[in-house]
Amino acid sequence: MEVKVYEKKEGMRIFKLFKESLKDIHASRFLAKQLAVRDIKAKYRKSYLGIAWDFLGPISTAFIWIFLNGSGTVQISDTGVPYPVYAFTGTLLWSIISESINLPATSTQGASSILTKVNFPKEALVVSGIYKLLFNSSFKILLLIIFLFVYKINFTWILLLFPLVMLSSILFGTTIGLFLAPLGMLYTDIKKLVTFSLQFLMYATPVVYGVPKEGVLKTIMELNPITYIITVARDVLVAGEFEYLQYFLISMAVVLPLFFIGMIFYRVSIPIIVERLQA
Amino acid sequence: MDREVLVKVEGLSKKFCKDLKQSLKYGVKDLFFNSKKKEVTLRKKEFWAVKDISFELRRGECLGLIGHNGAGKSTLLKMLNGLINPDEGRITMKGRIGALIELGAGFNPLLTGRENIYNNGAVLGLSRKEIDEKIEGIIDFSEIREFIDMPVQNYSSGMKVRLGFSIAAQVEPDILIIDEVLAVGDLGFVLKCFKTIDVLLPKTSVIFVSHSMPMVSRLCNQVILMERGVSFFQGKNVSKAVDLYYNKFALIESSVVFDDGTIEIISLDIPKTSLDEPLPIINWNEDLQFELSFRTGLIDTTLEFTFFIYDKEQRAVAMLERKSHTTYKTNDNLQRFVIKHEHLQLSKGIYSITVAIRGPERKEPKLRINNLISFQVVHPEDIWAPFVLKTNFVKKLNEE
Repeated sequence: MEVKVYEKKEGMRIFKLFKESLKDIHASRFLAKQLAVRDIKAKYRKSYLGIAWDFLGPISTAFIWIFLNGSGTVQISDTGVPYPVYAFTGTLLWSIISESINLPATSTQGASSILTKVNFPKEALVVSGIYKLLFNSSFKILLLIIFLFVYKINFTWILLLFPLVMLSSILFGTTIGLFLAPLGMLYTDIKKLVTFSLQFLMYATPVVYGVPKEGVLKTIMELNPITYIITVARDVLVAGEFEYLQYFLISMAVVLPLFFIGMIFYRVSIPIIVERLQA
Repeated sequence: MDREVLVKVEGLSKKFCKDLKQSLKYGVKDLFFNSKKKEVTLRKKEFWAVKDISFELRRGECLGLIGHNGAGKSTLLKMLNGLINPDEGRITMKGRIGALIELGAGFNPLLTGRENIYNNGAVLGLSRKEIDEKIEGIIDFSEIREFIDMPVQNYSSGMKVRLGFSIAAQVEPDILIIDEVLAVGDLGFVLKCFKTIDVLLPKTSVIFVSHSMPMVSRLCNQVILMERGVSFFQGKNVSKAVDLYYNKFALIESSVVFDDGTIEIISLDIPKTSLDEPLPIINWNEDLQFELSFRTGLIDTTLEFTFFIYDKEQRAVAMLERKSHTTYKTNDNLQRFVIKHEHLQLSKGIYSITVAIRGPERKEPKLRINNLISFQVVHPEDIWAPFVLKTNFVKKLNEE
């Protein structure tokens, strides 16, 4: 029979926690899926346009920039691909990454009513969040592929790597989100701060314009790991030069262990949050 | 052979902070400095919500947690359910845990009952296969088959509870935690829930939180009476715990419900056996006798007196036979009666007397005072039924 022991956690026995976390992720597969299906169904049951709302934001941003560039209001240096393709890939990828940063917080917040009442593997919340994001993103990616087709970008075998890059970017965002979510559950400031910072961060990332050849912005952009993710992802789509591949791989090598530490942090923090959430 | 211990709680304590901002700060601190050293002292503005609770529960046993609001019962339950971590002590739980803390937690209002069964079942730890097998049983048990494909937002609160309980009851737990959830739902359903719990009980350890002492007496074989986080009384003597619980409350205040000003009650007295007792005590099967004195200007008027006996939960359990009396002239308009009921056979507990006086012809109400006086009935046994009726068994011989 399964034995559960609850006591004050003294110190972090990382490996034990890690093992438990993995075990719970495995055990809660069905729950995670069920939660994701529930949220997706409920989300579209009261809407006709449904999924379209998810593209509207990034697409309108892209249109604004295409217009600014096309009308000559803003001069954007050559991006190597047709500018509309550049802008669309940028904004859609950016929306996926920024959503993944918010993912753990959104999932946890949405489950606050069950968190205080039912004991279930909390990892399921993060996993179901990832499922939901994958669902949404798959439509965005489909749209992207259509764009590529319309703009007659050559399809290459490299494109098959795209799902991998996609997963890496979600992993990256989720990892950051995992560290922010517990704090965000305590203070509402965190959520506002994240939304606010992401607005600025977009301009320090090659979303609608490329990394400049020199200058301050180049330094700032190259300090920003999202730069590597977006450029590599775009390079995969349009078979580009993979200028930042090395940095991308390094970032991912750092993110992977951080992701698991984030999961452990999340796991340990939930009881502390629930204690202060019980309204 | 002793049955196995399923729940073992040793020296359990939990502290809470009275101030939200401060509490959040401690939360952040706890997040990052998940203290290696044992920090058992109270920080500023903290208090012990639960302090030093220990108990053991075997399969087939039912523990009642009682105490007034804010005594720490729910905090203790949350720790038992693993929702929050204790600050001190240790809980060991064996087997599958089912918690009826809030039924239907996580129901999505837009989805249908059927879809929510899958979600809620998954949250409670059932696999898809298990739910597939049980779904028909769940729908039948909830008795809402007709509405099962309707969005849950159109359900009544009773229907949601039915559905929630039906799912939770199918989990077949080894340890069942019940927190005052059976209060909702109509009588038929409450009875059904009790039946389910009775069926589960022999193979389950039950932890039951309730304010309903009859339910506690009926289900539990041991009780912890909590007060301000500590265990005030703990043991197998359920009836003693129930008495102590009732005594924790201030006596029910009497309240004048109706008064037309013609009658003024001076006193209603039940003689006390000893001055130390807070309440008059009547042993079971002894006589209930009290003296009513009142002042009235109405002379030669026939008044009709009704006395109701209410139990601690304000349920009317009995009415003394209605009697009419004609007032007589006295110097100071003071009227006195002695009222007597022989062989009072109420079961143990605290009761109060409500008096209602009506006028002569049209039976117009003159005065009604609720809970004018309280008294305690003493009987060795703890019974949830309101009466213990005196009974004789006579052996019947075959020849006769």
